[in-house]
Amino acid sequence: MPSIKLLKGNHAAAYACKSARVGMVAAYPITPQSPVVEKISEFVEAGELPGTEFVKVESEQSAIAAVIAASATGSRVFTASSANGLAYMHELLPWAAGTRLPVVLCIASRALAAPWSVWTDHADVFATRDCGWITMFAENNQEIYDTVLTAYRVAEDPNVYLPAFCAYDGYILSHTLMPVQVEDIEKVDQFLPPLKHHINLTDFEHVKGVGPVTLPDPPDRGEYGYAPGYFEFRFSMQRSLEHSLSVIKQAHKEFSEIFGRSYGNGVYKTYKMEDAEVAIFAVMSVAAESRLAVDFLREKGIKVGLVSLKVFRPFPSEDLREIFKDISNVVVFDREIGYGWEGVLSYELKAALYKSSTQPDIKGYIVGLGGRDITYQQIAKGVQTALTMESVNENPIQTDFIGLQLDKLQFLKREGGY
Amino acid sequence: MVKSVKIMDIPEEEMILPGTRLCPSCAPQLAYRFILKALGPKTIVAVPASCMTVVHGMQGATPVKVPVLNTTFETVAASASGIVASLKNLGKDKEVTVLAIAGDGGTVDIGIQGLSGAAERHTDMIFCCYDNEAYMNTGIQRSGSTPFGAITTTTPIDGKLEHKKNMAMIMEAHGLSYIATACASYPLDLYAKFVKAKEMKGEGLRYIHVLAPCPPGWGFDNKLAIEIGRLAVKTGFWPMFEIIRGKMELSKESRRLIDPTKRKPLEEYLQPQRRFRKLSPEQKQELENYVADTWNTIAKRVDV
Repeated sequence: MPSIKLLKGNHAAAYACKSARVGMVAAYPITPQSPVVEKISEFVEAGELPGTEFVKVESEQSAIAAVIAASATGSRVFTASSANGLAYMHELLPWAAGTRLPVVLCIASRALAAPWSVWTDHADVFATRDCGWITMFAENNQEIYDTVLTAYRVAEDPNVYLPAFCAYDGYILSHTLMPVQVEDIEKVDQFLPPLKHHINLTDFEHVKGVGPVTLPDPPDRGEYGYAPGYFEFRFSMQRSLEHSLSVIKQAHKEFSEIFGRSYGNGVYKTYKMEDAEVAIFAVMSVAAESRLAVDFLREKGIKVGLVSLKVFRPFPSEDLREIFKDISNVVVFDREIGYGWEGVLSYELKAALYKSSTQPDIKGYIVGLGGRDITYQQIAKGVQTALTMESVNENPIQTDFIGLQLDKLQFLKREGGY
Repeated sequence: MVKSVKIMDIPEEEMILPGTRLCPSCAPQLAYRFILKALGPKTIVAVPASCMTVVHGMQGATPVKVPVLNTTFETVAASASGIVASLKNLGKDKEVTVLAIAGDGGTVDIGIQGLSGAAERHTDMIFCCYDNEAYMNTGIQRSGSTPFGAITTTTPIDGKLEHKKNMAMIMEAHGLSYIATACASYPLDLYAKFVKAKEMKGEGLRYIHVLAPCPPGWGFDNKLAIEIGRLAVKTGFWPMFEIIRGKMELSKESRRLIDPTKRKPLEEYLQPQRRFRKLSPEQKQELENYVADTWNTIAKRVDV
């Protein structure tokens, strides 16, 4: 029988690994990710994950290297990290994607130092943007469990074979208890069949080299024809990532049929968008808080809805064009900054809607960096302010912040205080 | 101590086919050829960015018969750990040998963290450092394993001011079951040591440090590649030994060198190499002292 357990977000991720029969885990501690791997250690030592190898490595860099190697040897693998730990993995992230390995990595999001901050912020997640991974978000602990299972299903699809992130907010989800339905493993097996890998280093007859040196042009290998060059490898990565959008939607559809839970179309979720004229665009904790802001604003007579992005890479531009086609204003709340430009979600959305037949005004705000609380009242005020602006597109580089407390800081009152 | 091996004991089958992309007279390649003969076809190799990446060929063609996982410069030991874990997960660990092979940079410098971790976890693998004493694949820059006084492209005028790291001792501090030093110029001894390391499967990480002369990097005629390695051993500059479960034993070629009068003059090793061309008399003396100190330490540990 499926059981409902009271789980922290990190433990929901660990239970998902157990349900997915993960074969190999390598991880290194970092706040706020650590409880994920503490729980998995507990499962392994208690004999609840028979056959699973947990390599307690000496760094995040070794964690990602080890799971890449284990995936190339044929195991279903898992790791997790946050902030600086994730940044320390960075060199190996394109390695996993370039080798087309279905690694799944949970991110308990946290602000990137310096200065140090252990609290939530999405900068660590978005800094991985161009590494070729599928990036999925979760807004609650059940969604973490469900998204990890979906991530394996999609990453291991023979038409995809790419690594995937499942990101959720540090502390807000990672350390908060919520009821989570943990499914029967046989039912999970139905959704997630055993890994059929395209690379296996133990195939001594056929496999010779994984990740060798490539050339600018395809080299002629005589009777075997031409071998691909780097450019062809990366082209295929991009095409597969684009194609994975439909695989994600299909996987989500089957997930909802088997387990009875769904998250929009698997790519984005909406709240009260049916008759909306104005939309909030956000992810993770900010999207969760925005649901309250929608209700609050609707009481004031503003027809507002929420689009919460579930999949950031591949970026679902077609879906977004469709959902925003009758919307006059979109207000974007980013819990990170694309430094020197604006919030990443904000500029990504603008790019997606470029030359769309109807273009909403898009106003972006930066909120909640380094764990600063962001309330639904602040989000609502942001929406109301954006609606009074004559044209928000006149000065797109202007970044506005909500929730700064500059007034408390004496030194800023001095000239040139920044 | 390893059993003495004769040339007829070496398997005829070549695991590296002719036509690699390495330089003529490459001693690391010679070492690798004998390493793979010793470990056999059921071996999975992990290789970081190095000349070993080059030997494994380019996309669509490789001269090496065993599967290799290429990885980043600093992660070869972690990658090998991942392979070992996966083999255990899949129930294939008994039949397969996992080898991580890295250059001196990938071992003593950028790779040391991952190696130390894999050693501390007693990972069931063989780690080989092929030591050509500088970053040769990127153009002869100094490493932590470059000897004192050597000219490299990043020590172009003064030569290196520090001695090479004593990696075997660093690894011994990890409590390994098997540590050996070897030299590409003594392939039978090298072969025997890798056979021994393979036989000690199940006893954690086995570490073998192979001195492997590099003709372009060290600046000597190609035809001298074997001779230079032999001189490194015969002058006492590169002692060959094994430490089996804590007990150090000198290898056959080095055993009698415990007596300083049996060592060839260090000058014979230094003189043919252009990297040592700028050595002052004081620097030469410093190198003599280094050799003497090395052997004094060894003398305290071995039964003569």
